[in-house]
Formats: sequence, structure tokens, C-alpha cells
Amino acid sequence: MAKTIVEARGLHKHFGALHVLKGVDLDVAERELVFVIGPSGSGKSTLLRCLNRLEEPSAGSVVVDGIDLLDPKTDINHARQRIGMVFQSFNLYPHMTALGNVTLALRKVAGKSRAEADAIGRKALERVGLADRADHTPGQLSGGQQQRVAIARAIALEPRVMLFDEPTSALDPELVGSVLGVMRDLRADGMTMVVVSHEMGFARAAADRVLFMDHGVVVEEGPPAAIFENPTQDRTRAFISQIQRH
Amino acid sequence: MSTWERFLDTFFNAKVMARYLPDILSGVVVTIELAVLIVISGLAAGLALALLRSLGVRPLNWLIVFVVDLFRSLPPLVIIVLMYFGLPAAGLSPSGFVSTWLSLAFVLMAFSEEIFWAGITSIPKGQWEASRSTGLSYGQTLMNVVLPQALRLTIPPLTNRTIAITKGTALGTVVAVTEILGQASSAVSNSYNPSPLMMGAAAYIVLFFPVVVAGRWIETKFAWKR
Ligand SMILES: Nc1ncnc2c1ncn2[C@@H]1O[C@H](COP(=O)(O)OP(=O)(O)OP(=O)(O)O)[C@@H](O)[C@H]1O
Ligand SMILES: [Mg+2]
Repeated sequence: MAKTIVEARGLHKHFGALHVLKGVDLDVAERELVFVIGPSGSGKSTLLRCLNRLEEPSAGSVVVDGIDLLDPKTDINHARQRIGMVFQSFNLYPHMTALGNVTLALRKVAGKSRAEADAIGRKALERVGLADRADHTPGQLSGGQQQRVAIARAIALEPRVMLFDEPTSALDPELVGSVLGVMRDLRADGMTMVVVSHEMGFARAAADRVLFMDHGVVVEEGPPAAIFENPTQDRTRAFISQIQRH
Repeated sequence: MSTWERFLDTFFNAKVMARYLPDILSGVVVTIELAVLIVISGLAAGLALALLRSLGVRPLNWLIVFVVDLFRSLPPLVIIVLMYFGLPAAGLSPSGFVSTWLSLAFVLMAFSEEIFWAGITSIPKGQWEASRSTGLSYGQTLMNVVLPQALRLTIPPLTNRTIAITKGTALGTVVAVTEILGQASSAVSNSYNPSPLMMGAAAYIVLFFPVVVAGRWIETKFAWKR
């Protein structure tokens, strides 16, 4: 049995009167890629953000790589280094170069010297195919390049798991491939990943398991072929046929 | 004497000007001292208040907003006069210099807090989240990610405000501060000649014109570029 990296149990999240997560369980094994789909507002981003405590769950537990994230004694800033996150809107620091973006946390949190951080940062940029863009600022990079720098920023910290929240949704269609390519390489290198996305082709090719969420619950989960070809739930079938029409 | 000669004799009287030049120059020194003190303490206090406010402690923020709005609504001259003539009743007797310095520093603090605050809140939430998700603490995120971007946005409005408030040092003359205007007006009453006032005006221009020009340059250089 592979080791469990992410172990979320009975997650609930309320935003005021809005009940967004209604008891979600999620286990992710080492080297597994879990793909999350579901209609807008179903709670996919909220689930992902609970996994690094950007969002505080109202109830439930989250254990990542053996660390109980909700334990008040846990040093959350230390724990977050093990959990990489990539956002739909990249969120690169516009006042820093690509290398500066990648090395900030290495220097400030991981305690590396500038020289060490730069060496690690350049290696991370090389992994996403942007070694020659180290000194460019985000404004000088295309959307696809920016997102790859954002991925480099996360993997430079050698996380145990990577969370992707619609990493290609803000990209022009011709730039999507380069980002998915980097994600596929990560997967091949054995990275544990949770991916929220609408890229069904990528899910078919790379996902071990697909989760379909609706109204704050996991309606159905299984291997990509099963979920896409033979969903057992009506809601899943309706959602799959709707996105395949687009 | 022709009209022209009488004009020169009245407003640009060489003898009077030579006599009171040292006084005006000592006024220039006092004005510069005041201005530097006001700018440093006012901006530092304004930034400190904005940082405190970003912690999001409700009652503290109400207090900050109240103090800021108070100092933004009172005319600076009123604050100076209140400090100089009012505080002695409370057992404190600040000098005219200290009254002017503190009053204008409070005013600059109030206006700059608002400008710093607007800068900090204009930074998208995603910047905070990206930084926090890589393990940076709240303070580290503020210092390394948010403030460097926010300060850049605040430079043009801050420059304007700072110049406007620093010129208010001339108000110190009301509470006997021997800055440029104070020196010039006492020279006028001693010499029965307005020439020292012309020197005072010239001194203000020499002092502030370069600052205004530099401000304009900074404004175009940093204007809402990202
Ligand atoms: N900070 C917040 N405050 C209040 N409501 C929120 C907050 N964040 C999310 N919500 C609400 O929670 C619900 C779930 O949001 P979430 O972003 O998790 O959905 P999603 O599945 O990621 O949707 P999408 O596909 O549009 O990204 C939505 O109704 C959203 O409006
Ligand atoms: Mg979302």
C-alpha cells in the first residue's frame, strides 16, 4: 500500500449561512493524481483551499504528510512548504523577477542563503522550461510562462503534494498545452497532485481517480474511464454530457 | 525719485536686504529643520498606523480612523494654536517650534495613513494567498510582497501631500517660530520696509521649487505603472 499523503475527513465549510462543504472525505496516496470536477460553486476551490488552510474548515480534519493542519500547535507556515499551490490567476509577484518569485520562500521560510536559493530556483525554472527567463518580470512573460513560473515557485520548496486550482482556465487556448506538459512531467516524476480543472483530455491521460463534486459533496468517484464513460449518478452524467458539448 | 526708483527702494531695498539677510538665512535653517522633522515623523507615524490597521483589530481600527479623520478635518493652524495656547492649561508647555512640528506631523500622519492604507488594500488578495501558501508569515508577506507594491502606488499622491503640508511650516510664525516668514515679518516691522518679505518669498521658492519639480518627476515616473 502506498503511503497516504493527504487525509481529509468530514470537511465542512460554512460562509455565514452558506454551507459550501457538507462532509467531504478525501484521501490521496503518494504519487497519486486526483482530478476534481464539478459545476461552478460546487465547492472545488474551497476544498482545495482547506487542504493548506488558506480556508479554515468549519469542521473535520486535514492531515498532510502526517501533519495535522488544524492542530493549534502545528506551525502552519512550516507545514505549507510541503503543500504547493497553483492558482488560476498565477498570482506572481509583479515587482520581482521570475527567479525572485521562485526564491522568496526559499530564503524567507526555508532559510537558504541567496546563493543556495538562486541555485535551487534556477533548477526549478529549468524543470518548467524557463531557465532563460529567470531575469524577466511577470509583465514580460506570456500567461503560460507565468503559470509555469508559479509552478516552479511551488516545486522549488519540494512539496509532498501539489494543489492546482484551474491552472489553465485563464490561459489562451494555444498556451494551455505548455502548462499541461509541465504538469504531466511532474506526474511522471512521481509528484502527488490534486487538480481542479476542466481539461478532460488531461484527466483521461494522467488522472488516477476523478472526483465529481456537486453542492458541497462528492457525488461520485472512480477511474477516469468509469466517470467519463459510465457514470452511475444522474447528476454526474448530466455534468459530463454538458461539458462535452462545449 | 521716479516711480520705478521708489518701487525698488520699497520692495528691493539693498540696504535693508543686506541688513536682514542673516536673519532670513537663519529662518531658512529653522524651516528646513521643521520640514525634515515633519516629513520623517509624519510619514513614519502614518505608515505605522496603516500597518496597525492592516491587522484588522476592529476597536483599534475605529480608533485609528477616528484620529485620522479628526486631523484631516481640523485646519492645521487651529491644531498649532490649540497645542501652543491650549496645552499649557494641561500642564504642558510645548515651544512654538515643537507645537508646529507635532501639529503638522499629525496632519501628515493622518493624510499619509489614508494613502498608505489605500495602497495596501489595492494589492489583490491573490498576492497574499500566493505568499502565504508558500509558508511566508503574515508579517513576511506584508514586508516582502505587499508593501513593496503598495509603496510604489503611494509615491505620487504622497509626494503631493507631503509638499503641501510641509509648506505649512510658515504657520509657525503665529506661535513665534523664527522660521522664514517669522524672521521676514519681524524684519519688516523693525525696518518699516517690506523688502525682507520679498527675500522670504525668494527663500521659499529656492527651498520648495526643486522639491515640487522633483515631485512632478517622481509622479510621472511612478504613476500607477505596475
Ligand atoms: N470567502 C468566501 N465568502 C463567502 N462565500 C464564498 C467564499 N468563497 C467561496 N464562497 C462561496 O462558496 C461556494 C463555493 O465556492 P468555490 O469557489 O469553492 O466553488 P468552485 O467549485 O471552485 O466554483 P468555480 O468552478 O466557479 O471555481 C460559492 O457559492 C461561493 O460563492
Ligand atoms: Mg473554483
